[in-house]
Amino acid sequence: MNLFQHIGRFTLMISLAFRKPEKWKVLRQNIVIEINTIGISSLSIVALLSLFMGAVMVIQTASNIDSVLIPAYTVGFATRQSIILEFSSTMICLILAGKVGSNIASEIGTMKLTEQIDALEVMGVNSINHLVLPKILASLFIFPFIVLISMGLGLIGGGLIGTQAGIITLEKYIMGLQYYFVPFSITYSLIKTLFFAFFIATIPSYFGYYVNPSGGALEVGRSGTKSVVASSMVILLINLIITYFLLL
Amino acid sequence: MSIIVNDIKKGFSGTEILKGISFEFEKGKTNLIIGQSGSGKSVLTKCIVGLYEVDEGEVIYGGENFSGMSKSERKHIRTQIGMLFQGSALFDSYSVEENVMFPLTMFSDMSKEEMLDRVNFCLKRVELENKNHLYPSEISGGMQKRVAIARAIALNPQYLFCDEPNSGLDPKTSIVIDNLIYDLTKEYDITTVVITHDMNSVMEIGENIMYIHEGENWWTGDKQSIVTTDNKEIGDFVYASSFMKQLRGKLS
Ligand SMILES: Nc1ncnc2c1ncn2[C@@H]1O[C@H](COP(=O)(O)OP(=O)(O)OP(=O)(O)O)[C@@H](O)[C@H]1O
Ligand SMILES: [Mg+2]
Repeated sequence: MNLFQHIGRFTLMISLAFRKPEKWKVLRQNIVIEINTIGISSLSIVALLSLFMGAVMVIQTASNIDSVLIPAYTVGFATRQSIILEFSSTMICLILAGKVGSNIASEIGTMKLTEQIDALEVMGVNSINHLVLPKILASLFIFPFIVLISMGLGLIGGGLIGTQAGIITLEKYIMGLQYYFVPFSITYSLIKTLFFAFFIATIPSYFGYYVNPSGGALEVGRSGTKSVVASSMVILLINLIITYFLLL
Repeated sequence: MSIIVNDIKKGFSGTEILKGISFEFEKGKTNLIIGQSGSGKSVLTKCIVGLYEVDEGEVIYGGENFSGMSKSERKHIRTQIGMLFQGSALFDSYSVEENVMFPLTMFSDMSKEEMLDRVNFCLKRVELENKNHLYPSEISGGMQKRVAIARAIALNPQYLFCDEPNSGLDPKTSIVIDNLIYDLTKEYDITTVVITHDMNSVMEIGENIMYIHEGENWWTGDKQSIVTTDNKEIGDFVYASSFMKQLRGKLS
């Protein structure tokens, strides 16, 4: 299959996902479950990453500024810019594309392999709608929160290391955080996040759903790898496009 | 209601797998599809339940042409179909109780209590009590089959499909499952279709048998006539094991 056939079949899958569900109540329950597996279970890794990356950014920026002409609060300013504009949205989503993506692909791929998807279809359940829609909606809902949390923790991590290691005073750091702050930068990041969230949920679902069942567990594993590669590339591409249109 | 298949043809990328199969699966009977591995039994079954679309021919459920229907038109027939898959196909993230309850949640308007009653009734019918909160990975293969049967009968189906219900089971458990399928067929007077290549099952529950050979309906009959037919392919199938060969020696 070439790229265009994949895109065609992917689009078809999305249109089947956005159908009226059999029972709204079941959809609601499934969304809650997915928010848990996709979002809540990723919080600890996101928190850890953000604290450490914020800390490293402060050290990096400080060690690269050795001119007296550059004010100290620049450390806070630069850290804020990197975290809000790129790290907490793009980097965190790339990492979650790996964690969440391989999870989704293997879950749906295994269901295909063991005929659970056939079982749904025979009963008369639209399996794509039943399996994929809750993942999409849950991701769209939870990812913005994850990114906001990451932003907060990244800045806190930077502040902690900056003050504890004597790199910068708390007042200067906070002054840097507020320096020329454009609230739109957060909006910009959250808009990106919504696009990323959509593809982090759908691309692995696609590779899992259309896994070749005769390939067995090996093929399910491969679909996980493929989906991580594909969704990472899509994230990078979207990042470029959105940044071009929103910030230029 | 019976299921009639009419001159069904199905191929994959140029190779014809089913070459025009016609048969009537009768109501209130255990209808068997038998044949060698690769003869097209699973493909035929998937065509009948609509997991594959047929290339030619038609599938008729109780007088209604299933093949000609759209997805939404098929829905009222789908809810009358229960299916037991070869690997049980239980949802692994659901407990036994949730698995059996699933079709009820999706397609009935029952209250939670009514659903629980129905689930417990079905589980009791397959002799699986007090296993409600276990997960498929925590029960044996035979029990998984029984849970899958309970799930298949939860909505009181008119049609029951079983793809190799005995695969991977010991002979004793196989007979228990066979008898369960047979009893359910009589109890609810439903149309049951069983795919098997197990001669024990054929002799146990074979009321209306179709033998498929290379995608064609090669022979039809019942368990009495299958042992006496002089059709060569059937003979090779029936008397493949040395045990059956010895038995034939004693019979004649
Ligand atoms: N989706 C498919 N695409 C291409 N070929 C297929 C497909 N499904 C089945 N076949 C082919 O159709 C033929 C019949 O397969 P089928 O699974 O119906 O056999 P079977 O009678 O069920 O065998 P078994 O007893 O081993 O289950 C095989 O040659 C198989 O390779
Ligand atoms: Mg088969």
